[in-house]
Amino acid sequence: MFSWIISSEQTLSAADTARTAADTLHTASDSLAAGAHGGGAFDFNELLHHIYDAPKLELPWGYLHLPHFQLLGFEIVLTKHIVFLLFAALLLTVGLILAARSNTRNKVPKGFGNLVEILVVFIRDEIVLPNMGKGGLKYLPYLLTNFFFILVMNLLGLIPWGSSATGNINVTAGLAIIAFVMIQFSAIRAQGLGHFIAHLTGGTHWAMWPIMVPIEFLGLFIKPFALCIRLFANMTAGHIVILALIGLIFIFQNTAVGLVSVPLAVAVNLLELFVALVQAYIFTMLTSIFMGMGIQTEGHEGHEGHAQEHH
Amino acid sequence: MLTLIFSYAMLLNGESGNPLLKIETGLIMWTITTFIVLVLVLGKFAWKPILEALHSREAEIADSLKKAEEAKKDAERMMQENKLAMDKASNETARLIAEGRAMAEQLKNDIVAKANESAKKMLDQAKDEISREKDAAMAQLRTEVAELSITVAEKILDESLDGAKQKKMVDKVLQQLQKN
Repeated sequence: MFSWIISSEQTLSAADTARTAADTLHTASDSLAAGAHGGGAFDFNELLHHIYDAPKLELPWGYLHLPHFQLLGFEIVLTKHIVFLLFAALLLTVGLILAARSNTRNKVPKGFGNLVEILVVFIRDEIVLPNMGKGGLKYLPYLLTNFFFILVMNLLGLIPWGSSATGNINVTAGLAIIAFVMIQFSAIRAQGLGHFIAHLTGGTHWAMWPIMVPIEFLGLFIKPFALCIRLFANMTAGHIVILALIGLIFIFQNTAVGLVSVPLAVAVNLLELFVALVQAYIFTMLTSIFMGMGIQTEGHEGHEGHAQEHH
Repeated sequence: MLTLIFSYAMLLNGESGNPLLKIETGLIMWTITTFIVLVLVLGKFAWKPILEALHSREAEIADSLKKAEEAKKDAERMMQENKLAMDKASNETARLIAEGRAMAEQLKNDIVAKANESAKKMLDQAKDEISREKDAAMAQLRTEVAELSITVAEKILDESLDGAKQKKMVDKVLQQLQKN
């Protein structure tokens, strides 16, 4: 139980840090942009806007302004992140259907189908089965989609003129909301609503309930909230570091700085490639662990206390 | 939960107005909708065939491994059997050779014994023959001597029978007999 309290504090402080960092950068960029404008050479805000969402796409020859239209009475506004979100979904659908076709046709998987299968087997054997047991296999399609969708969105941000939809807190919030629903749904389905609610007491004496119930209740929300912030912060951080490194060239007004900045930015880019995979893995694994806590009640400390309470 | 996140995020937004932390309900909805559609589409057209292919292959591999294991056991058993048969055969051969050798030895001993026996028999026969011949010769001699004595006696009786002359004659005859 303590770990949850600690994790909630961590989450809050992580959010604070992210906010402070973003604020600092924003203010700094504003003043820089003003300075750059003075020189008339470069608009630093344009550079920073690379990580903001906007209703336009960055293309090699300029910007493509995205349309907004009415559909069934809804005002639909397309933005860069929505486009990359949908592009990732499309890419994933086409790619995975091709992989599925290749795997069903070839007895021995090869090429892209083999790569997909390696990842699928990894998620099944290293994430789902250890954390959720055999009962977790029916949630495998959700977790697989989660992993691959996040991975593709992360990787799209590393392509020139591309953008990570996962670098937007709203996208990660959407994913976290789905994770929240799946975690509670799987727990209620596995142990029944009564047990699920009883778990909120943490199996403690009734006198502790006024403390335990709010903590356990908050814990339900903090876990996916941490997922949301973690993914967002990780995907944004790399971009901000690269922008900061490139920004050094403009701060010092000296192209020689590029000799240091550019290799460092390349290194950070490679690091981001790694982070893209790791974050997709972590998001999926944590979701799987949280779901597993609800499914495998026998392995959960709260349940043991709960059982004693019944005696 | 939504309200909790929203209120916290709104708090952040209200203070800074930072574009990075701006909550856009529309984008959240886009994400959720896309994700749900993606789960349904991929679940039907990608994960199902991929997992099915995976399961059937895994089952096949497990089956093949089991079969291989069985085949290996069979082969081992057969090898054991062969080894036993070969051991048996080699024992049999050794036994046969030993038996043959014993038989030959026996035969040799028999033959040698028989040969010895027959040689001894022949020797004994020869000895008997010799003694018989000797006996016969002696008997003949005796007869001859007797006849000769008679002849001599007749001759003497024909001569004048004076004592000295007679003695001299008998000696002479005896001398002649000894010479013979």
